[in-house]
Amino acid sequence: MKPAPFRYVAARTLKQALQVKAEYGDEAHFLAGGQSLVPTMNFRLTQPAVLIDINPLTELAGVRDCAADGLRIGALTRYGKLERDPETARNLPLIHEALPHIAHPQIRNRGTIGGNLAHADPASEMPAIVLALAGKLRAQSMRGERWIAASDFFIGALTTALEPDEMLMEVELPVAQPRSGACFLEVSRRRGDFAIIGVACIVGLDEGGRCSAARIGLCNAGETPVFAAAASESLVGRQIGKPEIDEAADLVQRAIDPGGSIHASKEFQRHVAGVLTARALNTANERARRGH
Amino acid sequence: MATETHNISVTVNGTSYRRSVEARLLLSDFLRHDLLLAGTHVGCEHGVCGACTVIFDGVAVRSCLLFAAQADGHTIETVEGLASDRDHLHPLQESMRDCHGLQCGYCTPGILMTMKAFLDETPAPDEAQIREALSGNLCRCTGYQHIVEAMQLTAERLRR
Repeated sequence: MKPAPFRYVAARTLKQALQVKAEYGDEAHFLAGGQSLVPTMNFRLTQPAVLIDINPLTELAGVRDCAADGLRIGALTRYGKLERDPETARNLPLIHEALPHIAHPQIRNRGTIGGNLAHADPASEMPAIVLALAGKLRAQSMRGERWIAASDFFIGALTTALEPDEMLMEVELPVAQPRSGACFLEVSRRRGDFAIIGVACIVGLDEGGRCSAARIGLCNAGETPVFAAAASESLVGRQIGKPEIDEAADLVQRAIDPGGSIHASKEFQRHVAGVLTARALNTANERARRGH
Repeated sequence: MATETHNISVTVNGTSYRRSVEARLLLSDFLRHDLLLAGTHVGCEHGVCGACTVIFDGVAVRSCLLFAAQADGHTIETVEGLASDRDHLHPLQESMRDCHGLQCGYCTPGILMTMKAFLDETPAPDEAQIREALSGNLCRCTGYQHIVEAMQLTAERLRR
């Protein structure tokens, strides 16, 4: 239960961090909160040759406004900070509602949003939320920077579109709009455990109360976080009532391919996905009506 | 790979220490073996049990998921720093004793440090908040009820 030897570099500047990553590529890992990486190192499932500690780069932490009703969350922003931030609660209600489900207080005090997204665990909450919100992620390397759509970012279990020399810098998310509602629900064996299934959804209504936009994301429903496209599209243009919600839940159940585990069979995961989708859509719709 | 060491300077319970540490040395092992502060216990070593919780720059964290090298320039509080002297326990410790909040005691240092940070931030918690704050610390003896009662008593005593 001790990590294999590695070279430790406490980054003094972003440039230094990117240079070392460019030099070592996949042999080097960035160390942010370390709440997923270090356990795998302690088990020696991961044995990086070089660990680039980006914690000294405090400029990578924090939430800031950007154009077009969006917020940018720096990669080194810790969950504990988001949890205590009233702006996050108001502008990113989906994240606010999901935070208590993410592990435990000590883990959230240290864990970062960038580390979580780059780790890309399909059972994790934040990747499904960023997909549901159609977020964008900024990657940087010594070669330059680029924005990656969330739909292109998660390409496999624990695998992202980041190149070996790239660092995830920040994620851009749209803030909650008037007449929109969000809901995050999750079932796990115990609070703080990985989700058996989690559902993140947003519903937007037009002035007549009809659905103008809907997006449903799921965690632990396949090899990657899942965006349920058909279910989401089925709601647009309609007054959302029980039949519409049941139809969307059915489409979600057809769209997913959960892996099954000792905690829950595939069949049970699919069942829970339907139940949670219906409940989450119902709540999001109610919140949108109330202008939540 | 050749062993690589780093010189670090860290403040633990108000005392400054300078040590040379291997890059892969966990903070939990550094506290126990290098500083001989064995009050911080080690349970699972992968962030599940909470026994190794310490306060790092004012917030409760798992010391088994940090490297000692990362503590360079930082301030840490461990269970050894709670009581002011041999004869005067911290109110957290007093209340745990009064409420029978421990049996074997293995999880206790982690619980004390978790709850110290929690009560500093939340001086008048309700039961649900205490249970949520405790959720990352496993105890196989008490069933948690007496720990919750001890925390309610601590909060009351600290407010007096």
